[in-house]
Amino acid sequence: MILKKESIKAVIATVFLSLVAIAFVLPIIIVLFNSFKGQFYISDAPFVLPTKETFVGIQNYINGIQKINFISAFGYSLFITCFSVFGILLTSSMTAWYLTRVKTRVNTALYYGFIFSMIVPFQMVMFTMSKIANLLRLENPVGIILLYIGFGAGMSVFMFSGFARSIPRALEEAAEIDGCNPLQMFFYVVFPLLKPIAITIAILNAMWIWNDYLLPYLVIGTKYRTIPVAVQYLQGGYGSRDMGALMAMLILAIIPIVVFYAFSQKSIISGVVAGAVKG
Amino acid sequence: MQKTLKRYFPIFVAPTLLAFLIAFAIPFIMGIYLSFTKFTTVTNAQFVGLYNYKQIFTAGDHFLHALWFTVKFTVVSTITVNVIAFCLALLLTKGLRGTHFFRTVFFMPNLIGGIVLGYIWQLIINGFLSGLGVDITYSANYGFWGLVLLTNWQLVGYMMIIYIAGLQNISKEMYEAASIDGARPMQVLRHITLPLVMPSITICFFLTLTNSFKMFDQNYALTAGAPGRETSMLALDIFQTFYGSVGSEGIGQAKAVIFFILVALLAGIQLYFTRKREVDV
Repeated sequence: MILKKESIKAVIATVFLSLVAIAFVLPIIIVLFNSFKGQFYISDAPFVLPTKETFVGIQNYINGIQKINFISAFGYSLFITCFSVFGILLTSSMTAWYLTRVKTRVNTALYYGFIFSMIVPFQMVMFTMSKIANLLRLENPVGIILLYIGFGAGMSVFMFSGFARSIPRALEEAAEIDGCNPLQMFFYVVFPLLKPIAITIAILNAMWIWNDYLLPYLVIGTKYRTIPVAVQYLQGGYGSRDMGALMAMLILAIIPIVVFYAFSQKSIISGVVAGAVKG
Repeated sequence: MQKTLKRYFPIFVAPTLLAFLIAFAIPFIMGIYLSFTKFTTVTNAQFVGLYNYKQIFTAGDHFLHALWFTVKFTVVSTITVNVIAFCLALLLTKGLRGTHFFRTVFFMPNLIGGIVLGYIWQLIINGFLSGLGVDITYSANYGFWGLVLLTNWQLVGYMMIIYIAGLQNISKEMYEAASIDGARPMQVLRHITLPLVMPSITICFFLTLTNSFKMFDQNYALTAGAPGRETSMLALDIFQTFYGSVGSEGIGQAKAVIFFILVALLAGIQLYFTRKREVDV
């Protein structure tokens, strides 16, 4: 009898969770079917499925891709995200290891400087930073990578340092006896050991940079639009926007994220949790 | 080793430091200085003392309204997100079938960027409101609850994952002992589960708190402050002050300094509670 009662409870819980799951997916499904409707049939009746007269096929996608040049926006986003993450991983891990191994007053101050930057909201530096970026001719997809390396340094150095401290010195001493110079030691001995935390840091930074709006908008937004900047650009004036194209571009913006998630959800979830718990 | 390594400062530290100085340190210091000046570009700054700060607290400015709106929003979303996330985590640690699938689905919205999230929810909320013949820009209340809804959708899955990790750390023996003692489910929740997941609760509480307090993209895309600037939160208000009209850059920068101090205070409180917890355990 008790078993029966438990299984009824389990059924109720599963039904409930299924309803919540539907509620979680529904907004995206609604955007999806609206992306196949003519632009004037969307705002007033977003919950109505496309009918014969409102269905426009992939016309919205064609319009949207042309209007905001989605292909190049995707290219910029991909380029900036990949190289910034690569740059952050390389520079922050080297700096973090150095700062945990060479203890001087300057280094300690630097370490706390990096940590301090984690609590400063972007609005505090956005104006001055974009002016300096302008002055230094960093307003292009390569220059912005330098800014991301600087902004990413806080969290990344902090997380790498925490991990680097746990690496046994004996390994490094053995490498030294074998005649390694510090660079060889870092790349052959230390960096492979940092790999688990490097994956976490890569995921956290990739999610941040891929979705970031303000920094690319302020620094390179007039010439080079990343995906979030392009989506916002499409919105334009409130009255004049093309709802169909907007729906289509939202879907195109979500697809890369869903694909990425489908392939690496385990490391994404564990990475995000590790980041939350440590940061 | 230390001595040899020390000479490698230019290779190991200098590149990071250079990027850090350009992207953060110099803009930060300049930002503090500029908050005491009147300027339109960085080069024509004139020292005006506390003028900008006084301006913020005069009657015509939106800052205090934005602050109040942000605080209300932060309190409401922190409570709702954590309660819902915790309940879902409880259900998903009961060993039901499909647990893994549900976790994956609930977490997914967290990966979508704020701008895209904002437009998704604008469609949905305006769809509901069109029945009343209005849209989200009609009343600040709609914007407020729209933002709460959006934030819940985005953060519930994330917090749920952290709660699940915390719940799975509680040893089975605790629960067995409680059931031998004849504890009822509510008693188990109150005297065993809640105290033992307290570390996760602290983490999630502050994560939601700072996330909501600093929110920009979602706010910008969903309402852009409409109607008027009534639904602008602090970050958006600062942005609008900077770029909305020429001549108020100094005021924008002063607002940013106050915003920074508030966020730093939150971080300080968080540090205090996390440290305290470590001593307790």
